[in-house]
Amino acid sequence: MNAISPDITFDLAGTSLRELNAALHAATGESNARRWRVLNPNGRHAVAVGINAPLTVEIEGHVGYYCAGMNAEASVIIHGNAGVGLAENMMSGFVHVRGDASQAAGATGHGGLLVIDGNASARCGISMKGIDIVVKGSVGHMSAFMGQSGSLIVLGDAGEALGDSLYEAKLFVRGSVKSLGADCIEKELRDEHKALLAEKLKAAGLEGTVDVAEFKRYGSARQLYNFHVDNASAY
Amino acid sequence: MCGIVGLFLKDPKLEGELGAMLASMLCVMTDRGPDSAGFAVYGSGAKEKVKLSLRAAASYDFEALASGLSLPAAGLPGLAVRGTHAIVEIPAAREAAVRAFLKERHPEVAIVGTGERMEIFKEVGLPASVAQTFGLSGMRGTHGIGHTRMATESAVTTAGAHPFSTGADQCLVHNGSLSNHNALRRALKREGIAIETDNDSEVAAGYLTWRMRQGASLGQALEAGLNDLDGFFTFVVGTENGFGVLRDPIACKPAVMAETDQYVAFGSEYRALVDLPGIAKARVFEPEPATVYFWERAQ
Repeated sequence: MNAISPDITFDLAGTSLRELNAALHAATGESNARRWRVLNPNGRHAVAVGINAPLTVEIEGHVGYYCAGMNAEASVIIHGNAGVGLAENMMSGFVHVRGDASQAAGATGHGGLLVIDGNASARCGISMKGIDIVVKGSVGHMSAFMGQSGSLIVLGDAGEALGDSLYEAKLFVRGSVKSLGADCIEKELRDEHKALLAEKLKAAGLEGTVDVAEFKRYGSARQLYNFHVDNASAY
Repeated sequence: MCGIVGLFLKDPKLEGELGAMLASMLCVMTDRGPDSAGFAVYGSGAKEKVKLSLRAAASYDFEALASGLSLPAAGLPGLAVRGTHAIVEIPAAREAAVRAFLKERHPEVAIVGTGERMEIFKEVGLPASVAQTFGLSGMRGTHGIGHTRMATESAVTTAGAHPFSTGADQCLVHNGSLSNHNALRRALKREGIAIETDNDSEVAAGYLTWRMRQGASLGQALEAGLNDLDGFFTFVVGTENGFGVLRDPIACKPAVMAETDQYVAFGSEYRALVDLPGIAKARVFEPEPATVYFWERAQ
């Protein structure tokens, strides 16, 4: 259990998920009910999706698929693991999972910050469009596949085909990278990138705990942006 | 889509609860697979005896069948009827003769599995009704696997329900679809592996049986499967004393595991595990793609 003293508590052992999500959708953040606690999520899908207000929601346990999807403005903290599609298509706000995340965490996210304390599975940040993702553990294969904007920061290792068919997302990995995907290359880590890393790590609560110089930067070689017949075998 | 579950007990104190735990896990997976359901349970067994898991039409007279079995000097076979299935226990030495007798005289009866300890039950319908029909929650044992099926590669029939068993005390449940099952089925048949259905998952079971028949351990057979099985799969397999999990390298099909001092549990989703004892303190993890996991109990 965490330390917040909630304004509202939803116990999903006795209340339906639909009621919780309807109440979260109705909340504006202008009333006193800004701090929410959710008990007994028990792996349910679509917990706290579609919030569009500056609320803080703490979920006490493991969640299933698509938790905190489409989030805007809210802070959603999961005291457990999260299933497939965590914070999918997040627009803004903050999502923090204290355990591991399954596949496609942060997929297609347009903005906001996703922090994963444990490991993220395959395709973390697939098609990311502006979201910042900080993974304290490792990420699985094909992470940041077709990433377009935003940053993926991995303190551990990355699996196969990191950044496959990458556009302009910025990838930083401190540990090893099993392999790079098509058109993804290692790039120089310049001062501006160190500054960016420091800023994102600070936002993730890691200020002063990680040396930004330990990371390697990866990005797009920009060879596959437009079809060119000489590259046909690389697509 | 399909839902799969598995439970391997480390703590003998839980053995009386195995069926109840498995039943609850299976029912949660209904919305991943409402077409059919099935399960295998590894309960007690006797040396020199073998259990045949038989399936027939509703209200079939298994007692008449059992009394018709010729078992010189062994008396009548052990018989336990559960719905459309019956477990017949016979001397292991008589297995070939009994199989031949069933094939010739009772073609209306299907043998869905054999082994010293394994019993298999499967039927079309919702998982809750399948579990209830066969009395799963009252069963005891050391480990078991279960499946809720959303049919993709072959028809909704009882024969197409999982688990599939192609060797003594061996069974497999599968979520996914294999793309090279036809070629593999032909190759395995040439090797003498009996495959009864058009189901791709039965081919996977047959493949592992073939590997283990060649002397591979369960872990080695699963490792070899990574090279020879093409397609999407999450497998959970049982042997007389073992329990294994394997996902293909792409790992499209979901899997969550939990381990405590008392058990190892598998579910397609975490929801399937939430009622297990001590789950709040279990190590919950997602099995890595292309990585073999298996546990064995001391013989």
